[in-house]
Amino acid sequence: MAEIRNYTLNFGPQHPAAHGVLRLVLELDGEVVERADPHVGLLHRGTEKLAEHKTYMQALPYMDRLDYVSILSNEHAFCRAVEALRGIEVPERAQYIRVMFDEITRILNHLMWLGAHAMDIGAMTMFLYTFRDREILMDAYEAASGARLHANYYRPGGVNRDLPGAMPKYKPSKWHSEKDVEAMNAWRQGSLLDFIDAFVDYFPDRIDEFETLLTDNRIWKQRTVGVGVVSPERAKQLGFTGPMLRGSGVEWDLRKKQPYAVYDRLDFRVPVGTTGDSYDRYLVRIEEMRESVKLIKQCADWLRNNPGQVRTGDYKVSPPPRAEMKTSMEALIHHFKLFTEGFHIPPGETYQVVEHPKGEFGIYMVSDGANKPYRMKIRAAGFPHLAAMDEMAKGHMLADVVTILGSQDIVFGEIDR
Amino acid sequence: MALTHDTIEGSLRAKFSEAIQGVSEYLGEFTVEVPPEAINEVCRFLRDDPDFAFDQLIDVCGVDYLAYKDYPAEAPRFAAVYHLLSLSHNHRLRLKAFVGEERPVVPSVVDVWASANWFEREAFDMFGIIFEGHPDLRRILSDYGFAGHAFRKDFPLEGHVEMRYDPDRGRVVYQPVTITERNLVPRTHWQEADEDG
Repeated sequence: MAEIRNYTLNFGPQHPAAHGVLRLVLELDGEVVERADPHVGLLHRGTEKLAEHKTYMQALPYMDRLDYVSILSNEHAFCRAVEALRGIEVPERAQYIRVMFDEITRILNHLMWLGAHAMDIGAMTMFLYTFRDREILMDAYEAASGARLHANYYRPGGVNRDLPGAMPKYKPSKWHSEKDVEAMNAWRQGSLLDFIDAFVDYFPDRIDEFETLLTDNRIWKQRTVGVGVVSPERAKQLGFTGPMLRGSGVEWDLRKKQPYAVYDRLDFRVPVGTTGDSYDRYLVRIEEMRESVKLIKQCADWLRNNPGQVRTGDYKVSPPPRAEMKTSMEALIHHFKLFTEGFHIPPGETYQVVEHPKGEFGIYMVSDGANKPYRMKIRAAGFPHLAAMDEMAKGHMLADVVTILGSQDIVFGEIDR
Repeated sequence: MALTHDTIEGSLRAKFSEAIQGVSEYLGEFTVEVPPEAINEVCRFLRDDPDFAFDQLIDVCGVDYLAYKDYPAEAPRFAAVYHLLSLSHNHRLRLKAFVGEERPVVPSVVDVWASANWFEREAFDMFGIIFEGHPDLRRILSDYGFAGHAFRKDFPLEGHVEMRYDPDRGRVVYQPVTITERNLVPRTHWQEADEDG
């Protein structure tokens, strides 16, 4: 009889279900995983070191390239670190804009996750639906910041500019008749806030649609229930945060527990799972999308009624208005200093966090008084989640590795940094 | 128990006496300086003591103080920085262990928090800090066969080698870097007078 031995399988780095560039070395006994050893770093760009060689304002766009599906949450953490160290006051309106876009970002992230995760397991249709709805939110990004993905919209001391009063509109062309274009522009007649309002009315029903496809789907449940179970104690030990921790039944959300920006004034609930398996993490994220819609609605209502400053008036850290520069020497000097030398931050260190769609995203910033960070450490939410891969996959079948990886919501931009 | 300067210093000094080198507060965040050899016991105490109950290790990272402005020359070059979080008490704490260049060794805390595993591997990879007792201290982010520790301050930003495909040999080869760092904004330091002016 032939000798039976374990064999080693290379999963990735070029594998569609590896969510980017993960090389996963699996030791298999038949089809059962004995050991999973993720090899990461294929996307390592040294963001932390690059930031040490850039002024604070130049380092900001690097944040977009970390977790490239939850762009503005990354920027928020960076801005909070700079603001804390330099003692910058952020206007209230800017805080509401940030919270609104953080929640838009959360939906963008969860839609991306839902589509990709469902497709990994075999539910192809989800991907098409979620990407249809992502497109709407990307248009909101574009209207506010000018870019669909790498927004570079937040600034230390506020946001780059106020929300636009009008949405860009489609024009008739060879491919779109007048009538088509009229339908496409239906939401775009008013301001960005009107556009977002239209989305808020539209989206909850779409979440219901997603759920009709998956929540009670027999195949979906067979693939996710009881797969990758993590107990609350282990989740804490392994450094889990965000939906991974909440999926295991630990009620912990930084927006509630250590509120930042204006989260303490807004009304929302924190969904918590019970069993800690992939299915619970799916339910938690679906519920989070519903809560995010509520938060967006509250912020949009507030923003509509409260015009005001969106950037700090301290011209040492924030450029003066264009018009003022034409007449004021002082403003011109500030502008020149800011865009050549940047601004300085007094010596000190801080660790600032946000509740990123994937968990706790933190920036540990050390300054020695220069115009560039001395050391910046990015605490990526997904890093400890992927580190738990071995423990979560042990004893499961090869196909379940894909489920577990999907339910961890891994993006390599932030893991490899 | 609410964390204050006195409660942290009091409890830790009562337990470890001389081992605690100092407690400082900045922007409402507390930092405790711990000698490297005591880090494992201090961490275990902070996890198990009901007043602290730090059930999560959020982050471990290295810092290289080689180029830090006005940093004393005789002071140890590296620091291993630990960020702790207590879910039950909702408080945070930062631990710092300074280690010298000749022997950058810190005991591992993997046996206290499992999450330390990859964080310590990363600090080893980037700074060359050795975590004694770590079960599997391999490089994590750098390339297989990478030489040096990329985030040290004496490691150039553009690195030492670059990779390209060599059509003659029909494979990928390493060669010395052909790029230089392009730095248009010099590093300048905070001066009270300038900022007020």
